[in-house]
Amino acid sequence: MKKLRSKPKIKKESISMPKQKPEVRKKNFKEVALGYTEGQAIAEAERCLQCPKPQCVEGCPVEIDIPAFIRLLLERKFDEAIEKIKEKNSLPAICGRVCPQEEQCQQHCVMGKAGDPINIGRLERFAADYEMKRKAGTHSKQATNGKKIAVIGGGPAGLTAAADLAKLGYKVVIFEALHKLGGVLVYGIPEFRLPKKIVAAEVDYVKKLGVDVKPNALIGRLFTIPELLNNGFDAVFIGTGAGLPRFLRLPGENFGGIYSANEFLIRVNLMKSYAFPSYDTPIRIGNEVAVIGAGNVAMDSARSALRLGAEKVSIVYRRSKEEMPARAEEIENAEEEGIIFRLLTNPTRFLGDEKGWVKQMECLQMQLGEPDESGRRRPIPIKNSEFFIDIDTAIIAVGRTPNPIIQRTTRGLETTKWGTIVVNEISMETGLKGVYAGGDIVTGEATVISAMGAGKRAARAIHEYLHRKIRAC
Amino acid sequence: MHKIIATKELAPKIKLFQVHAPNIAAKAKPGQFIILILDEKGERIPLTIAGFDDKKGTLSFAFNEVGKTTKQLGCYKEGDNISSIVGPLGNPSEIRKFGHVLCVGGGVMIAPLCLQIRALREAGNKITAVLGARKEDLLIFEQEVKRISNEFYVATDDGSKGFEGLDFLKTLVRTKKFQRVVVMGPVVTMKAVSEITKQYNIPTIVTLTPIMVDGMGMCGVCRVTVANETRFACIDGPEFEGHQVDFEELVNRQRMFLPEERTSSLLWEHLEGACHEKA
Ligand SMILES: Cc1cc2nc3c(=O)[nH]c(=O)nc-3n(C[C@H](O)[C@H](O)[C@H](O)COP(=O)(O)OP(=O)(O)OC[C@H]3O[C@@H](n4cnc5c(N)ncnc54)[C@H](O)[C@@H]3O)c2cc1C
Ligand SMILES: Cc1cc2nc3c(=O)[nH]c(=O)nc-3n(C[C@H](O)[C@H](O)[C@H](O)COP(=O)(O)OP(=O)(O)OC[C@H]3O[C@@H](n4cnc5c(N)ncnc54)[C@H](O)[C@@H]3O)c2cc1C
Ligand code: FES
Repeated sequence: MKKLRSKPKIKKESISMPKQKPEVRKKNFKEVALGYTEGQAIAEAERCLQCPKPQCVEGCPVEIDIPAFIRLLLERKFDEAIEKIKEKNSLPAICGRVCPQEEQCQQHCVMGKAGDPINIGRLERFAADYEMKRKAGTHSKQATNGKKIAVIGGGPAGLTAAADLAKLGYKVVIFEALHKLGGVLVYGIPEFRLPKKIVAAEVDYVKKLGVDVKPNALIGRLFTIPELLNNGFDAVFIGTGAGLPRFLRLPGENFGGIYSANEFLIRVNLMKSYAFPSYDTPIRIGNEVAVIGAGNVAMDSARSALRLGAEKVSIVYRRSKEEMPARAEEIENAEEEGIIFRLLTNPTRFLGDEKGWVKQMECLQMQLGEPDESGRRRPIPIKNSEFFIDIDTAIIAVGRTPNPIIQRTTRGLETTKWGTIVVNEISMETGLKGVYAGGDIVTGEATVISAMGAGKRAARAIHEYLHRKIRAC
Repeated sequence: MHKIIATKELAPKIKLFQVHAPNIAAKAKPGQFIILILDEKGERIPLTIAGFDDKKGTLSFAFNEVGKTTKQLGCYKEGDNISSIVGPLGNPSEIRKFGHVLCVGGGVMIAPLCLQIRALREAGNKITAVLGARKEDLLIFEQEVKRISNEFYVATDDGSKGFEGLDFLKTLVRTKKFQRVVVMGPVVTMKAVSEITKQYNIPTIVTLTPIMVDGMGMCGVCRVTVANETRFACIDGPEFEGHQVDFEELVNRQRMFLPEERTSSLLWEHLEGACHEKA
C-alpha cells in the first residue's frame, strides 16, 4: 500500500471511456458507452489511493469493498475482483452501467477533492463484463435449510433479495407478473444504455444460485400473499416497484399519439417494437416529438424517440437546466445527440385533429420564484405567455406511482397515502408477520442500487426472523 | 408454455380454444381476462375468459381472427403450445341477485357473456338474453345461451335471423322492468344499448376493450374516460357503467395503430399464407 501511495505522480484526470459517436449512435439502439479496455481499466485502477479508511465504501448503499476490488484489478486478478464485488452485489454489470455513482461512492472519493474521483462505476463494469465474456460459470447450488421464501417482483430489489437468500441456503421462488425478469431493467431502461443480454445474464446468475423463477405470475390475482404463506412459504418479500404512469391530467391528454413514458418504453424495450414488424408490437413515432419531464425516464424516452427516426425531439420542462433531475451524464448524452431543450415551459392542454390525433400542445412560459419544499426554485407562470408547439407525438414522463395490485388484494397491509407499503426501515418488515417489502414499492421511485440495498436488508432480516422461529420451537 | 387441449370453430373466423392453465383456472371468475403471447416475437393480446374447469385445469377463450396475432393463433392446433398466458386480470363481474337482468351479447363476446349469464342465473336472477351478430352464420353459442336463459331473442344486422338490428330493444326495455343490463360486444352495440337504457336509468354494465399492453396498470394505453375521469380499463375495469363512458374516445383510441396492424397482418398472410407453417 505504501508503495502505491508514494508513487511519484497520480493523474488528476480519470481515464475517459470510449463511446459511440453521437451522429452514429443516434441511429441505432446499440450500447452508447463501450466500456474500458484492460489497459484503460488498469490505468484508472492505478489512480486509486487505497485509503486505509475508504470514504467511497460509505457512499455505497450495498457496501462493496471498493479499494479491495480495485487492488485486485490492479494485480490483474480479475476473477477475484469480481468475486469481491459479488460478495455484496449480485448485479454488478447492471450497477456499473446505471448507478448514479457521482452521487454515491464517487462523491466521497478523496481523489475528487483535487481532481476527478476514481471512476468506480466503470471499473465495476469492466470487472463484470470481463467475467461475462469468459462466461465464468457459477456452480448451481442446492437449497439446504429446508425453508422456502416467495419473492414477488423480479426487479433489482427482488433479484437481490432472492440471490442473498439463496446464498444462505433457502429455497427461493420469484413470482414476476411480466413475461421477463428484470423489472425496470428490462422494460424501462433502453438497450442503448443497458443491453438486455446483460440483464439476462445477471438473471441467469441468480437462477444458477438455485432460485426458481415463475414469470407471468401476477400476485394478488393468481395467488394472494396469505395463500403463499399457507402453502409452504415461510416468508414473503414484496418488491413490486413503482410502475404506474402518472399523467398530467390536462385536457386532450387521451388523444392518439400521446404515450406515457412507461407505455412508450415498454413497447420499445420489453416488446422490442423498434424491430417492428419483425416483432409484433407496433409503435408509431411522428416527426415532432415532445417529451414532458426532465428525469432519467424523460432522457431515455427522448433518446429512444430519436433512434426510432423522429426528426425533432424536445424535452419540455417547467424549470431550468439546474433543476433537471436526470443524471448529468444522460443530459450530456442527450444534448450531444441533438435533443432540443425547451426549458421554463409548461404544457397546459393538448389539441387534436378530427381523427383524435394530437397536433398541438399549448404551453405557458415560466419563470423561477422562491425555493419550494423540494428546495428547488418554484416555477411560476408568466401571464399571457401562452404559445403553441406543433407536435404529432407526446411522451409524458412526469413520474410513476406504486404498483397497486398487492395492496388492493392483501388485507392488513399498511400503506401510505401515496400507495407505498409501510415497513420498519431497518428490517423492511411490514405489519404482517413474515411479510417484508423493499425497493420502489416502499420508497417510491428511487434507484437501482437503493432497491438492491433494500433487498439485501430484507434478506438479512428474513434470515434472522426464520432463525428465531427455528430456535423458538 | 400452455398446451392447447381442444379447438373448435364456432363460426367462420371465430374459434374457441381450451388450454392447459391450472393455476389460472383455479382463480378465474366471470368478467376477467387473460393476456397471451404466442412466441418470442409476439405481442401481448387480451382475451376474455369464456370458461374454466378447475378439476381438469383448463381455461377457454373465444377469439375473432381480425389481425396478425389472432390469425396466427387461429392456425394453432390441438397439442400446440402458447408461450405465455398471464391472468386472471381485471376485476370479476359483480354477481349477486339483482332481479331481472337483460344480457346483450354481440359477436365473439357472446362466449364470455354466456359464462356471466350462468353465474347470474345461479345467483337467482331472471335472465332475458339477446344475442346479436352481423348475419346468421356468425351467431355463436345460441343453444348454450338459450338453455340457461328465461327469455331469449336473436338479432342480426341484416335481418337474416331474428330481429333486424337492435331497435326492438327499445320496446323490450320499456315494457319489462329490468333491474340491470349487461352488454358485451362491439363498441357500437354497447353504445347503442347504453343510449336506450339511459332514459330509464337502468344500470348498464359494459365491458371495455381498449388497446392493452401489460394489462396490469403499468402503461396507461388502456385509458378510458368514464364519468369525465381517466380510468385504466385493465385494473379499474374492464366493466364500467355504460352511461358514463366516452365511447367516441374509445373508438378513436382503438384505431391508434391501424396502419401498423394492417402492415403486420398483410405481412403475415404474405409470408405465412393461410396457416402454412403450422400445417
Ligand atoms: C426509464 C427508467 C430509467 C431509469 N434509469 C435509472 C438509472 O439510470 N439509474 C438508477 O439507479 N435508476 C434508474 N431508474 C429507477 C430504477 O430503475 C428503479 O428505482 C428500480 O428498478 C426499482 O427496483 P424495484 O425492484 O423496486 O422495482 P422494479 O424494477 O419496478 O421491479 C418491480 C417488478 O415487480 C413486478 N410486479 C409488480 N407487481 C407485481 C405483482 N403483483 N406480482 C408479481 N410481480 C409484480 C413488475 O412487473 C416488475 O418487474 C430508472 C427508471 C426508469 C423507469
Ligand atoms: C379486456 C379485453 C378483452 C378482450 N376479449 C376478447 C375476446 O374475448 N375475444 C376476442 O376476439 N377479442 C377480445 N378482445 C380484443 C382482442 O384483444 C383484439 O382483437 C386482439 O388484440 C387483436 O389482435 P390482432 O393482432 O389479431 O389484431 P390487430 O392487428 O391488433 O387488430 C386488428 C383489428 O382489430 C381491431 N382491434 C385491435 N385491438 C382491439 C381491441 N382491443 N378491441 C377491439 N378491436 C380491436 C383493430 O382496430 C384492427 O382493426 C379483448 C380486448 C380487451 C382489451
Ligand atoms: S394495459 Fe397497460 S395500463 Fe392497462
